[in-house]
Amino acid sequence: MDTQSYFPVPPGVGMEENFLSLDDILLSHERLPIRTECTFPQLGFLEKSIPESPGTKMELPLWLTKGLYERKRKVVSVELPKVYKEGWRTVFNADPNVVDLHKMGPYYYGLGSQMLHFDSPENPEIAQTLLQTFIARFRRTMDSSQNAYNEDTSAFVERLDCLEKALFRSGQSGLNGFQSWEKGQASQLTASSLVLNYRKRKITDVQP
Amino acid sequence: MFCEKAIELIRELHRMSDGQLPAFNEDGLRQVLQEMEALYEQNQSDVNEAKSEGRAELIPSIKLRHCCLLRNQRCVTAYLYDRLLRIRALRWEYGSVLPANVRFHMCAEELQWFSQYKKSLASFMRSLGGDEGLDITQDMKPPKSLYIEVRCLKDHGEFEIDDGTVILLKKNSQHFLPRWKCEQLIRQGVLEHVVS
Repeated sequence: MDTQSYFPVPPGVGMEENFLSLDDILLSHERLPIRTECTFPQLGFLEKSIPESPGTKMELPLWLTKGLYERKRKVVSVELPKVYKEGWRTVFNADPNVVDLHKMGPYYYGLGSQMLHFDSPENPEIAQTLLQTFIARFRRTMDSSQNAYNEDTSAFVERLDCLEKALFRSGQSGLNGFQSWEKGQASQLTASSLVLNYRKRKITDVQP
Repeated sequence: MFCEKAIELIRELHRMSDGQLPAFNEDGLRQVLQEMEALYEQNQSDVNEAKSEGRAELIPSIKLRHCCLLRNQRCVTAYLYDRLLRIRALRWEYGSVLPANVRFHMCAEELQWFSQYKKSLASFMRSLGGDEGLDITQDMKPPKSLYIEVRCLKDHGEFEIDDGTVILLKKNSQHFLPRWKCEQLIRQGVLEHVVS
């Protein structure tokens, strides 16, 4: 098992985001359907994007929606994206394992947790569905990651959401580490994978 | 929409998830800072207008621009911080001397940070283990023997070991060398540890 030296800031857990986490920044870039509740005069170069009249439906990224949302004063009102609405929730409650979570938005759990900031009356149900879906799918993710050694797992992995993918990857690296220890390769010194990757990249840089 | 340039910086780093350091995107950074300046100036003038003429309806726009400023700040800070994490990893993987092509990807301030990190690490290592200090970048895997068999993967020239003998590291030559001298070279991919 190669010792790792690069430790990126991990994504936040639940409703909290980690300020410096690249994953959380990309997650908060996802768009939400919202309705404007007031006007935004004098925006200048941004004017083309925000509509003139209040009550217009449009899409804004999560970070902007979180920033503008206020419980008391109505600036924007947030609609639930399709995946977190009643219809899809019943599908998830029925059988979460058949759903392609990557297609449903690569950040299903992350975005769902962030949606809870917007005080929708359906919050308890959304939270419950997220939790139950995760619990139901976790068994299969963990199972595959611990038993698929040297196999092509892409068909399984491409239906996983980002959080599940990270779990799968760490499961696989644990499995690979254990297998290499069993083979007696644990004491063999190896080249750093980072160094090898730099060398590969250098060669491709040189080629026109 | 807004803060597009900033998210591009983040995507650039996210694409290299194995921890490699891409070239320092000076242009992109400058564009984000310019966008922030423009937003800030507009907000300043709007705040003055709202205060002096009591135009409360400007407040949502001010809030929106403020959100954009905070977003840009977050992206820039995360970009710079993640790069430092990657540069720190370089010290542990490559050693103290970085190859030119990697150094080329770092800006002047990052090079300075790297040399200061090296110094901090070195003084920390010297403070351990009594008089001699302890090299904690060695023995990343539990050692099984003092001497190991290595094969040379490419020409590396002459190599001197502790008792003074000079070994010529030519491609495909095999040697029986002390473990602590080889560890660096193995990690850099020059030598290969041969296990029988």
